[in-house]
Amino acid sequence: MSPVELDRRLRELQTDVLLMGSMVEKAIERSVDALKRRDLETSRQIIEQDTQIDHKRFEIEEKCIEVIATQEPVARDLRQIVAVLNIIVDLERMADHAEGIAKITLLLGDHPPLKPLIDIPRMADLACDMLRRSLDALVTLDQEAARRICADDDEVDALYDQVYRELLTFMITDPKTIDRATYLLWTAHNLERIADRSTNIAERVIFLVTGKMENTNVSRY
Amino acid sequence: MSNNNNDGASAVTSAGTVHSEAGHGSLVVEDLQAWYGRFRAVANLSLTITPRAVTAIIGPSGCGKSTFLRCINRMHEVARGARAAGKVLLDGDDVYAPDADPVQVRRHIGMVFQKPNPFPMMSVYDNVVAGLKLAGVKNRAMLDEVAERSLRRAALWDEVNDKLNNSGAALSGGQQQRLCIARALAMEPQVLLMDEPCSALDPVATSKIEDLIRELRQNYTIVIVTHNMQQAARVSDHTAFLLLDEDRAGRLVEYGPTSQLFTNPQDRRTEDYITGRFG
Repeated sequence: MSPVELDRRLRELQTDVLLMGSMVEKAIERSVDALKRRDLETSRQIIEQDTQIDHKRFEIEEKCIEVIATQEPVARDLRQIVAVLNIIVDLERMADHAEGIAKITLLLGDHPPLKPLIDIPRMADLACDMLRRSLDALVTLDQEAARRICADDDEVDALYDQVYRELLTFMITDPKTIDRATYLLWTAHNLERIADRSTNIAERVIFLVTGKMENTNVSRY
Repeated sequence: MSNNNNDGASAVTSAGTVHSEAGHGSLVVEDLQAWYGRFRAVANLSLTITPRAVTAIIGPSGCGKSTFLRCINRMHEVARGARAAGKVLLDGDDVYAPDADPVQVRRHIGMVFQKPNPFPMMSVYDNVVAGLKLAGVKNRAMLDEVAERSLRRAALWDEVNDKLNNSGAALSGGQQQRLCIARALAMEPQVLLMDEPCSALDPVATSKIEDLIRELRQNYTIVIVTHNMQQAARVSDHTAFLLLDEDRAGRLVEYGPTSQLFTNPQDRRTEDYITGRFG
């Protein structure tokens, strides 16, 4: 085990995770933006580009395995690699949620909008912010920042509640809206899951710093 | 000397016998200090070693690991100018009590060294029973039985049962080390001390010794000094980390379950050492 080589590889892994994180964040933002604008072309691109994110995940996973096999990391070094292995799964699933939103946009096609989208973009902003901050906490090893992210999930849950009630009202009032309302509900659910997965990343940061597994966020969904 | 576990003779006095019904091999080290002349090599070390488990002692070169190990069975004092103070309780009996017999202590607390050291002029068989013969055992049937049992316990029987009369020195390095383990086991010790037992062996032989250590822990208390951190992580249940203090004496920094020490050490110095960032 060479600490110099191990440090170099750990830094490389961190850079890779940040790169993957920015790819995922971009996919989420673009998917919601495309939904707002009913941009089918961008939605198709997001679906296509999801494979790049999948590949990135496998590439990082392979690097982790190689570091474990060749550098024999222990203690915090080992926890960092375990954290990365978990985080990339969450990131990859977040990208799948973004892909799901893009598919919903294709399903909506040129159906007339049910309502102006306000809360859903707001949920996307919050979820992306949580994602960004969770990766910042990973870099700065700031467990307090990580705990705040977990607390912020309540806000996303509250917005999801609101969207759910509103869409339910549409469906009850006019059954012809059921399809479109259901698609939007799926969208909101995807965003709610993205926020949950950001808290998973934050929990991994806490584990990395303290060595203890904590379930800090008990999402209502 | 008090005797907490035996109704009869103490485990370590000269009155005791090699096969006395001693306890389970519990070791309690209290405030142990060791010197070479005026130089103090180990300072105020206290440790309770779990019986029938493997305890690894790790730390940088010169931190007193081997000295500590040699203090446990009173091998330290054999070196010129070397002395020790404090208590080492084997099943409640202090091996440093005034009436404790170092020879008996070493029968109950066997030792395996870094370099395999079979008696070169002796056969495999004689190597194993040398201690018993020295203790006056002449009964051939008993010697045969002990030789086979010890070689089996050392996972060597299948490889040497057809060459028991060959020289022990003719065996491979890994086999020689297992022969030394068999020789130690022949004395029916409660505790087995191992001072870097694999450092002179190749990975295959090392792996066999590690398998053996895991097997032996069911019946013996094992304390192993190793420079190989992964080996400590692989074979031990508990790990103690020693480090030189400002007076260059070895001190205990952290002691705990191996699984915790290698995933989430509590002391920064342990973390730095096991991750290779100093030492």
